[in-house]
Amino acid sequence: MLTLYARRRLINAIGLGISALAMLFGLIWLGWILWTLLANGLPQLSMAVLTQMTPPPNSTGGLLNAIAGSLMMTFLAALIGTPIGILAGTYLAEFGQRGWLAPTTRFINDVLLSAPSIVIGLFIYEMYVIKIGHFSGWAGALALSILVIPIVIRTTENMLRLVPNTLREAAAALGAPQWKVINLVTLRAARAGIITGVLLAVARISGETAPLLFTSLNNQFWSSDMNQPMANLPVVIFQFAMSPYQDWQSLAWAGALLITFSVLSLNIMARVLFRQKSTTY
Amino acid sequence: MSVEKTVNPKLVVRDLNFYYGAERALKDINLTIPEKMVTAFIGPSGCGKSTMLRTFNRMYELYPKQKATGEVLLDGENILDKKQDLNTLRAKIGMVFQKPTPFPMSIYDNIAFGAKLYENLSRHDMDERVEWALRKAALWTEAKDKLKQSGTGLSGGQQQRLCIARAIAVKPQILLLDEPTSALDPISTAHIEKLIDELKAEFTIIIVTHNMQQAARVSDYTAYMYLGDLIEFGDTSTVFTNPKRKETEDYITGRFG
Repeated sequence: MLTLYARRRLINAIGLGISALAMLFGLIWLGWILWTLLANGLPQLSMAVLTQMTPPPNSTGGLLNAIAGSLMMTFLAALIGTPIGILAGTYLAEFGQRGWLAPTTRFINDVLLSAPSIVIGLFIYEMYVIKIGHFSGWAGALALSILVIPIVIRTTENMLRLVPNTLREAAAALGAPQWKVINLVTLRAARAGIITGVLLAVARISGETAPLLFTSLNNQFWSSDMNQPMANLPVVIFQFAMSPYQDWQSLAWAGALLITFSVLSLNIMARVLFRQKSTTY
Repeated sequence: MSVEKTVNPKLVVRDLNFYYGAERALKDINLTIPEKMVTAFIGPSGCGKSTMLRTFNRMYELYPKQKATGEVLLDGENILDKKQDLNTLRAKIGMVFQKPTPFPMSIYDNIAFGAKLYENLSRHDMDERVEWALRKAALWTEAKDKLKQSGTGLSGGQQQRLCIARAIAVKPQILLLDEPTSALDPISTAHIEKLIDELKAEFTIIIVTHNMQQAARVSDYTAYMYLGDLIEFGDTSTVFTNPKRKETEDYITGRFG
């Protein structure tokens, strides 16, 4: 006959054991993926990957045009999406107490946040690519920016809501008009959190393949013309990994490794920034 | 509930009622707050003393569903009037809050923030204004070597004095203090009480406090409030030693509240 206390200890041990197993189960896959990626990708990394263009089948080359294309489109998407996201997030957090517009916007934003990215790709294809008549880097950047906007809106709103109301009151009590309160005080107080949100949004889009398939597609050659189809890492990886050619498959591994590590470093940067914020404010 | 004739009235409250939605938080308040004196509002939690303070600079306007009716006359002009510009009103009536609220910027910029809003000061004049405000708030010796450092890095008591400096840098006529020492240790509290005593030479000060000893120490006039009613108002020594109303006496002697 177990005493009540011994029973509790047993249940605790069982619970802890199950939780640990569940964690281990999750971590095994993550470790496995990273291991496979490192084992296959690391030997393929070379200067050529970073300096040469994507090759035709059965010849050597690199990923330079895809890397450049990805950087350009990601940068542009962030450039388009960030201001819209921050402005809309600010509206929701600072002006969203009254009326119907803010709750509606918030709801639509939540829908957009969880919309499958392929749908967004198709949308840009329908609205932009077909009208223009060809795939282009602009279309890719546009599709990615639509993924950026809801993430930035959400984090901006959340971060601004973390700013205590007493700070807004204190600024208003000095006679500051609302736009100055927001610009000089609340946005500044939430700055680190908002930048973190932008970094996470960039991390999210840098691995997206689906929205680019219908928009920027791909390009065998070097092109910095945003009006032309544009090479990018995710689509190149998709195409090369599915191919029967050994050289292409190797390059796909190298590309996958590059994306994973850039996403990882973006996440680490975001964490470091956010931690700094919580110590100073 | 009038005050002696020797003092000038600064703020005259007439038939003031305040509503949080349908809930009436202040009931037909009438009183006169004298110029360049310290007036304290005391009373148990929820009695309306903070609400009263927040009607004086119309801070409640930040929130929907809060409204005040009646009159609050600042030098004869009704500040509850719709035509009253909120920002210029708040530049005339400064406020310091319960918790220190330094802005996420340097000590210097914290103080310059308010002063910049309504005055176009040269670099040199602004330096002087910042020093003046910090000296007034008894923070100059501690802060003069770290003006460029963040205001959030100061201790709690220093942060509160920074907030006082920031409020007086705007050169308001009235200073509203909403339980300014309730988050501070006894030494910082003593600092701030001493400060209040010095500041009343230039500003009309209205302080809300939970601490009756504090009200007795720093104020010239005391108002006792309960459940939205102004129970008693008079000069502090009378209210504390010879209250006219039984409720006031019960609260002050600790039998209630």
